[in-house]
Amino acid sequence: MEAEPTAPQPPTTAAEPVVVLRDVVAVIGGFPVLAGASLTVGHGEIVLLRGPNGAGKTSLLRLCAGLLPIARGDGRVLGLDLATQRDSIRPRVGLLGHRNGLYGDLTVAENVTFWGATVGATPVEVEASIERLGLGGRLRDLPVAKLSAGQRRRTALACLMARRAELWLLDEPHAGLDASGRDELDAVLRQAVASGATVVVASHELERAGSLADRIVDVVGGQVGRPAGSQGCEP
Amino acid sequence: MTRWRTARLIAAKDLRIERRSRVLTNQVLPFAGVTMVLFAFALDASNLLERVAPGLIWLATLFSLLVLVQRGFAIEADDGALDALRVAGVDPAAIYWGKTMALAAQLAVLEVVLVVAAVLLYGAEVPAGGVVLLVTTLITATCGLATVGTLYGGLTAGFTGRETLLPLLVLPVVAPVLIGATRAVESALGTDGAALSEGWPWIGLLCVFAVAFGVGGSLAFGPLIEEAT
Repeated sequence: MEAEPTAPQPPTTAAEPVVVLRDVVAVIGGFPVLAGASLTVGHGEIVLLRGPNGAGKTSLLRLCAGLLPIARGDGRVLGLDLATQRDSIRPRVGLLGHRNGLYGDLTVAENVTFWGATVGATPVEVEASIERLGLGGRLRDLPVAKLSAGQRRRTALACLMARRAELWLLDEPHAGLDASGRDELDAVLRQAVASGATVVVASHELERAGSLADRIVDVVGGQVGRPAGSQGCEP
Repeated sequence: MTRWRTARLIAAKDLRIERRSRVLTNQVLPFAGVTMVLFAFALDASNLLERVAPGLIWLATLFSLLVLVQRGFAIEADDGALDALRVAGVDPAAIYWGKTMALAAQLAVLEVVLVVAAVLLYGAEVPAGGVVLLVTTLITATCGLATVGTLYGGLTAGFTGRETLLPLLVLPVVAPVLIGATRAVESALGTDGAALSEGWPWIGLLCVFAVAFGVGGSLAFGPLIEEAT
């Protein structure tokens, strides 16, 4: 019963938007968490989702990650249909939500190695991810349960990096990080974009995330509002 | 990465966490040992313990199974790792088989300890002729319990109150394993004059049970965790 995983899809071209949502409705437990949301994210962009609690930012990220089904409307991520190809989208997307998805009893290195191994990352790639996030040396062999909140966040980002995600979906990524950790995170995100990734960030910390983003998009009541970013593109 | 390589990766991760946290050795095995001692106190009549020893071994195994399954899925639920596995596009069948293999390994250790405890505490004897049947029973029953435990562990992983829901769902389903494994072990030990040949048909039942839940679990695990998380 040896089953090959889904064959990787061809990467999106730079001209093709990475995320295209049109009038998307998503429902959780009978409640519409997204009510006709439309959003376009271009290749290599860093987009900030801004909005109050309960506006639908997290749901939008989960939808783009293929975790939330579309009830109505059209959506494509990395050129794949969100309604029918969610299983093919997931391996190419990295979602860092409110929780880190780490195993507390495993060390930093073991966690990054495990998550890297799910996509066949080499030991060199794993090591590079650990070093890039400043988790080498003493931290490397510490159980994650003994780390501070910021160090755990960095470990989760290292796992994301080791997984070679093409679309990074980050929910409040600066939460729990100290000033140097935030700088480090911003540098990592810029490096990820330089390496060909696209980043969508939901954050309350507008000063910090706003300076990082190419574009700011308002999310209100499950809908994507007019853009408030510097470039004035459509949502 | 193929399904089986991913399953081995997940099994190795679970067993590494177990080795690090020592929940099996520091909590589950003492719990099972205390259960066996309490059975001995409750049924302290001449010859009775020896007669009911096979059933008590499997009852203690079932109670301990619940603890192991809850622990196995708590490590996935604590920091959203099961969700992360889904986002990473890890084959749900690989997750199922990986966690089943890790659970089976822990159950096997537990059962060996319980058989030894039954010999020491209840005076049960294992005749040389019954060793093959006994070992076969342990293997097939372990496979059945691990396949069911992982399936229901995944089903209840995202529910509030999963600690109480899991026993409610699992115990009725594993009743055939309890019956089959108890009868087979009675035959292996020659309890109440049971013949060795009487045990083998029960092995057939245990095999059918393990295969049915293995196939069913492999197919159903994906949709179940999709709903549960």
